[in-house]
Amino acid sequence: MIRENSEVILSIQDLSAEVDGNPILKGLTLEIKAGEVHAIMGPNGSGKSTLSKILAGHPAYTVTSGSVTFHGKNLLEMEAEERAKSGIFLAFQYPLEIPGVSNLDFLRVAYNAKRKHEGLEELDAFDFDELVQAKLELLKMNPSFLSRSVNEGFSGGEKKRNEILQMALLEPKLAILDEIDSGLDIDALKVVSSGVNALTTPDNAVLLITHYQRLLNYIEPDYVHVMEAGRILTTGSKELAHELEARGYDWVRDEEVEAIAR
Amino acid sequence: MTAAIQNLVNQPYKYGFVTNIESDTIPKGLSEDVIRLISAKKEEPEWMLEFRLRAYRQWLKMTEPTWQNATYPAIDYQDIIYYSAPKVTEKKKSLDEVDPELLDTFEKLGIPLSEQKRLTNVAVDAIFDSVSVATTFKEKLAEQGVIFCSISEAIREYPDLVRKYLGSVVPVADNYFAALNSAVFSDGSFVYIPKGTRCPMELSTYFRINNGETGQFERTLIVADEGSHVSYLEGCTAPMYDTNQLHAAVVELVTLDNAEIKYSTVQNWYAGDKEGKGGIYNFVTKRGLCQGVNSKISWTQVETGSAITWKYPSCVLVGDNSVGEFYSVALTNHYQQADTGTKMVHIGKNTKSTIVSKGISAGKSKNSYRGLVKFGPKAEGARNYSQCDSMLIGDTAQANTFPYIQVQNNTGKVEHEASTSKIGEDQLFYFQQRGISLEDAVSMMISGFCKDVFNQLPMEFAVEADRLLSLKLEGSVG
Repeated sequence: MIRENSEVILSIQDLSAEVDGNPILKGLTLEIKAGEVHAIMGPNGSGKSTLSKILAGHPAYTVTSGSVTFHGKNLLEMEAEERAKSGIFLAFQYPLEIPGVSNLDFLRVAYNAKRKHEGLEELDAFDFDELVQAKLELLKMNPSFLSRSVNEGFSGGEKKRNEILQMALLEPKLAILDEIDSGLDIDALKVVSSGVNALTTPDNAVLLITHYQRLLNYIEPDYVHVMEAGRILTTGSKELAHELEARGYDWVRDEEVEAIAR
Repeated sequence: MTAAIQNLVNQPYKYGFVTNIESDTIPKGLSEDVIRLISAKKEEPEWMLEFRLRAYRQWLKMTEPTWQNATYPAIDYQDIIYYSAPKVTEKKKSLDEVDPELLDTFEKLGIPLSEQKRLTNVAVDAIFDSVSVATTFKEKLAEQGVIFCSISEAIREYPDLVRKYLGSVVPVADNYFAALNSAVFSDGSFVYIPKGTRCPMELSTYFRINNGETGQFERTLIVADEGSHVSYLEGCTAPMYDTNQLHAAVVELVTLDNAEIKYSTVQNWYAGDKEGKGGIYNFVTKRGLCQGVNSKISWTQVETGSAITWKYPSCVLVGDNSVGEFYSVALTNHYQQADTGTKMVHIGKNTKSTIVSKGISAGKSKNSYRGLVKFGPKAEGARNYSQCDSMLIGDTAQANTFPYIQVQNNTGKVEHEASTSKIGEDQLFYFQQRGISLEDAVSMMISGFCKDVFNQLPMEFAVEADRLLSLKLEGSVG
């Protein structure tokens, strides 16, 4: 929801970054305010996933110039763990499998790390169990999920639901959902989308990264950005996504070239 | 990220201190005279001296094994002290008479021996260099007929029992290091559980090497008579020295009909420094004989220390329906080398064995599982299940698995499963992205990996082992 006087949650200015010496982001600028849902679309290799990992603080990427401010603080100076506890959540495109660590333990430790960060008392196993059961219902997840090892042997759809379950528990200020729709059948897509919609409030924001317009039928964006070669080519409303679906990314590229030529 | 992890998990070896105590030490070197001297100091009967000399003469004819997956410079057996004991070695009736310096040492190691502080449900035999300095709860155990004392004392007090079983599981010439041990062993623990008795408390021996030039050669013998049950724990630490020290122990277990021994080890000998300098050579022969029908021997080991570990706690399943188990976690870091595993030798009918081995390798270490499963011609209906999992931390460590299977009859069933996993940057990032610290991430993954083994440890040890592993992974992730 776009509101004029909302607080700016995330401000990215002219950001460039590389991995193993290869430049991936080349001067990207983006601002996200509270209550807004942004979608970034773009062809493979345009740098969408890289952007999400840089925002979350993945150590493999090096920022070469530009700035990122999160709630007025310099995000780039914060460790990944700090960013998470301050309210940045990344739903992974490929959630990692952690054999031997139960999902319930993982969720509880993550949840309590955040409580501790906020100066709140940690929840004991019983209170946490109550809390997590309620969140499971939201995502129509079977409680047996909790006793299994984190993502181990989960289907693609189960992994994605597990990501949203974590989001539901951690209540982030900014949720970055990296291809949350990939590998989902239509029923799972509906469950995941309604879960995300139920979690959006006027105080937080969502950044969707996707290839396909389909997801945006379920989670309606306020802005659609088209990314290519490490920067944002153009920004529009959700209609832009429909146009992309119909005409492909080349169309945006050509428009852009024309615009520069004029 | 690497630096952050280093700071988080960088814990120095906290048992590396040296106790300043006057010792009665035999000069370096090994000969028949030295063996006679050790035997004389311990006031041993003639048969014991003969046992030692027989072993020594065999040892002279043997050569050091080289097949293990570990490399180290040749050991000079003449440059080792074979006997070192704190002065005033006679054992005191009351612990209050034990040298306060020694009590203090064990207290620092977390093994309080004095009446007020000691653990209420664990009886401890404390061994310092070559001798046992104290054994707690002896009288209480004696009420049930349980014998728990140093092996030296047992040789004097219970010669018939010792003579019957010593060397019956691990013969004097079994292997190079066992032969050496049989010749020069200085102390260790002896346990006898009488018929039909369930030992009322955990028994444990704590081994401490103090002297920098001393080898420790301890000998443990546990006999569980018909229908009895005992759980025994062993812990080990040593000071930090730049030189390598030899620890060559022999442990023999015997179970008669329907008896059970559960033997747990948490081994934390000094492992050497980050560059691989110093540390203990832990060359140990441990073997259990399930002599009686329906008897059971279960080994659980958590191996985190030592520069080199060479040990294969084994079970010889002679009695029909007897059961052998081996649960192991071996963690190596820096330049540590571990070649460890088990042998399950099935001789009787319907014998069963289970092997669960978890190897964790970090730094530039080498970690090998080596195991033999053998079904003899008469082991009808024998079964074995083996699971060998390796976890690699970082890119420079090695994990190897060498399973040997020999089956001499066609009624048995052998299952073997193996896996290799890795704690990588992406997994750690996943934890951190959920606000979980590196320290917690590593410790959750390690405990998860080791869960099947830790579940086998007595409670106090399980918690300790869990903590120990996290601490050991000093700067190894990232």
